[in-house]
Amino acid sequence: MGQTMASSPRSVAKGAPRGGTAKGLVFVAATVPLLRLAVLGLGDGLGANPLEFVTRSTGTWTLVFLLLTLAVTPVRRLTGWSGIQRYRRMLGLFAFFYGSLHLLTYLWWDQFFDWAAIFHDVAKRPFITAGLTAYGLMVPLALTSTQGMMRRLGRRWQLLHRLVYGVAVAGVVHYIWLVKKDLTQPLIYGTVLALLLGARVVHALRARGVRGE
Amino acid sequence: MTRMPGPSIPPSDITPREVYRERRRFMQASAGLLGALALPASAARLSATRNAAFSTDEALTPYRDVTGYNNFYEFGTDKDDPAARAGSLVTRPWTVAVEGLVKRPRVWDVDELLRFPLEERIYRLRCVEGWSMVIPWIGFPLASLVRQAEPLGSAKYVEFISLHDPRQMPDQRVPLLDWPYREGLRLDEAMHPLTLLAVGLYGEVLPNQNGAPIRLVVPWKYGFKSAKSIVRIRFVERQPVTTWMRAAPREYGFYSNVNPAVDHPRWSQARERRIGEFRKRPTLPFNGYAEQVASLYAGMDLKTFF
Repeated sequence: MGQTMASSPRSVAKGAPRGGTAKGLVFVAATVPLLRLAVLGLGDGLGANPLEFVTRSTGTWTLVFLLLTLAVTPVRRLTGWSGIQRYRRMLGLFAFFYGSLHLLTYLWWDQFFDWAAIFHDVAKRPFITAGLTAYGLMVPLALTSTQGMMRRLGRRWQLLHRLVYGVAVAGVVHYIWLVKKDLTQPLIYGTVLALLLGARVVHALRARGVRGE
Repeated sequence: MTRMPGPSIPPSDITPREVYRERRRFMQASAGLLGALALPASAARLSATRNAAFSTDEALTPYRDVTGYNNFYEFGTDKDDPAARAGSLVTRPWTVAVEGLVKRPRVWDVDELLRFPLEERIYRLRCVEGWSMVIPWIGFPLASLVRQAEPLGSAKYVEFISLHDPRQMPDQRVPLLDWPYREGLRLDEAMHPLTLLAVGLYGEVLPNQNGAPIRLVVPWKYGFKSAKSIVRIRFVERQPVTTWMRAAPREYGFYSNVNPAVDHPRWSQARERRIGEFRKRPTLPFNGYAEQVASLYAGMDLKTFF
């Protein structure tokens, strides 16, 4: 694993001004899952149980964007391509966006804002508790995702944003706990997450080893 | 997960497996060819008299959803897998062995079973996952078959065993559940006039994905109690261990009566989504059949016997 030691969050700014088009393309690509739902919904294509379809789709894409966000740093370390860093915030915000749609689908379409039933659900059903925890942890990350907040918080920003690991773990646990029997899908996400977190552990251990010599 | 071989040997196994399977496939292929020449492509019609006394007048769930949104894990765990993949199920010839603690055990050909007077009954079906449908089944009361078998006094339960053949049911190669699929009823539940052996729906022969050629329908219990593609009905003294009880004993009990007051450990059962409707509706005790069946459970704590 070829790795570069230079990796402060400030390196984001370097080499950034170019790449507006690429960013635009990623943005458009990231809205495709939403457009797909809209097209299917208008064309009566959401199947027999549209609620389930929309819930699963938005949940899946939340996890996908979370994992993509978490893949940015390992990919940069592995390939040395520092340009990838500039997509991280957008990917993270899309995870938050699809997570918000997922939660809204539950609150509105599934529960019709029946708060008594919702509180009961959150307290009693571990998978909903896990899902809501994941979302709750994402909120401060989304709120502090701006350039200004990054500057204002300094070192604390990085500490705060380590919450993303908790978000991803809670998200995968949420998925594992909700399936009836077939764990294949959630375990795929779990495996990818384990690899992405494992890469960070390996990196940290190596960094410590280098320093220790 | 280990697979346990069934304790008794079905007659079909006396012929070496490969031989009879090949023969079966050949016959099916020939029959299919002849059928294709003789019949239009649509499924065969079944005539039956509507039993209004046992039918709900609620709006029917569209045929498309009844036959396209199914749980039949032998063909995959996605709801559209069964419709896409159940074509590999060979439903003729098909026999149902009625055996165990009965005076007159018998292996029935499914075409003999079709000679029982067929009725159409419109039942609600409530899945343990929280959705429901209204389905016009065609079938006959299980009680008619039970009476033919004359259960012994020692018979207390009835076990239903579905087909086990990974070549026809590809996902039986995945040890997700302990195949073959097993379900069970108490004898008085099996004898209840609502309990149906279904051979068709919507006026036609049961599509493969709905459990062809013959399946159970117990409308006051969660859908998984209604075993599909049944090959054996066995009368026993002890309460059988069903497939879902074995898979998750804390989550799926033997009775599994629809009950809004007893939640699944991981989700609420208080409400349900009727397929085709936008808002959830409240779930009724015994899926709305309390008047007919509640007395079966008099004095039982339904939280304990879930």
